[in-house]
Amino acid sequence: MSGNMNLTLKIWRQKNGNVQGELVTYPVKNISPDMSFLEMFDVLNEQLISEGKEPIAFDHDCREGICGMCSMFINGRAHGPKEGVTTCQLHMRSFKDGDTIVVEPWRATAFPVVKDLVVDRSAFDRVIAAGGFISANTGNSQDANALPISKFNADTAFDAAACIGCGACVATCKNASAMLFVSAKVSQLALLPQGQPERYRRVQSMVAQMDSEGFGNCTNTGACEAECPKGISISNIARMNRDYFAAKICKEEEVN
Amino acid sequence: MSNLGKTLSSSLGKKLVMGITGLFLVSFLLVHCAVNALIFLNDGGESFNRGAEFMGTNPLIRLMEIVLFAGIIWHIVQALVLTMQNKKARSVQYAAYTGNANSKWYARSMGLLGTLILMFLIIHLKHFWVVSRMTDEITSGRETLFGEMKEVFESPVVVFLYVLSMFSLAYHLLHGFQSAFQTLGFNHKKYTPTIQKIGVIFSIVIPTLFALMPIAIYLGIIQ
Ligand code: HEM
Ligand code: FES
Repeated sequence: MSGNMNLTLKIWRQKNGNVQGELVTYPVKNISPDMSFLEMFDVLNEQLISEGKEPIAFDHDCREGICGMCSMFINGRAHGPKEGVTTCQLHMRSFKDGDTIVVEPWRATAFPVVKDLVVDRSAFDRVIAAGGFISANTGNSQDANALPISKFNADTAFDAAACIGCGACVATCKNASAMLFVSAKVSQLALLPQGQPERYRRVQSMVAQMDSEGFGNCTNTGACEAECPKGISISNIARMNRDYFAAKICKEEEVN
Repeated sequence: MSNLGKTLSSSLGKKLVMGITGLFLVSFLLVHCAVNALIFLNDGGESFNRGAEFMGTNPLIRLMEIVLFAGIIWHIVQALVLTMQNKKARSVQYAAYTGNANSKWYARSMGLLGTLILMFLIIHLKHFWVVSRMTDEITSGRETLFGEMKEVFESPVVVFLYVLSMFSLAYHLLHGFQSAFQTLGFNHKKYTPTIQKIGVIFSIVIPTLFALMPIAIYLGIIQ
């Protein structure tokens, strides 16, 4: 078909976390510009399987930009060259015939490589488990208007809650800092009445967990915000910092 | 560890120290620049020498000088710890990393810019602080600080070094000024754009004024 592309891929291959990996070059032919980046990977993997080679392991699930699984660092950028998209939403029309594309896993000490492009992001789960929830008693659901929430707070909380935990912020940050993720999870609850009872305990324990996972420290370069597929704002980081300092200075709740 | 110790050794605590010491250094720059700018009155250094004498003898200022040294050292030590931790947080580097697509080079180079400033600071302290505080050159009246300035800036190499260092300072501040407010938790639709504007103006005006001092003296514009 006309308009189809031939590309050179340089993809990180690594058997498991205990061995060294390397970039391996794969040519792919006749790639339709309408394919998603992951579909292009499917084509390549079919090709590898038919050649009797080990297919490339990569994470994916929903393929519609909501699960956050499709972690790929493409040509030096998280989720590739487009803004506001995940890898599954990146289309091959963003590339040109003859292009060389380098694909690497997220690089962060806190996200160890499991295999090829798959990294272990359970550090994020442990940060959430440390406090990124509200303790609610079960029972009948409340009347919808029992808790008035200002439009502004509802909108801002919703913007923070758009975070899909993909890890692009960590992957792209020069310090591999998780502060955009953690601050989004802190903010979505700090802005709502349901989040208030645990607000100051939550921010302290989530930050403590983040620190113990070995993420780096934010230097406010703003790269995370620019690369976030959901456009999470770094104003959330300022909010997290405010809450954290307020908790440490003014609140009695202590967290170990 | 004590509560305060735990807080300050957390990631956000270390950032807090960076931000507060950074802004404290910013306030020092403002005073330092204001006093030095007295040479632009071109009165043979008379006003500047009086200003310098006040700064050298006023007990409150002398006390603040100790706080200033402590602040610089804390800023540097904390920067070192943070930078090392940040390096460790990415043990395997990317083969391709397109930083310019999402952030400014100077925002990613605060450690390098800071190190250049530190190297300048050491030379600068040797030129002026050691002479005025560690020797009796000036207290004995054999030399004035303005005279010392004229002597130091006879060398084109020194002038060049000072001007170049002001570029490092300018870029360090261009990121650092607004970054400090973000770190401290000040981010608001109403005032953040103003802070950013003040930051840009500060980062251009102060280093430019500083850079003009050696140039003006070298060229003999200031006598
Ligand atoms: C007069 C001299 C200096 C001034 C006015 C200054 C000012 C600042 C300011 C305002 C910040 C922003 C803090 C924040 O983001 O929270 C900063 C950050 C930083 N400074 Fe300095 N600084 C000076 C000297 C130095 C020196 C000598 C070094 C290193 C040897 C240094 C290294 C750093 C680093 C690495 C950061 C980034 C930290 C971060 O953003 O998290 N600075 N500085
Ligand atoms: S696969 Fe779910 S977001 Fe891409």
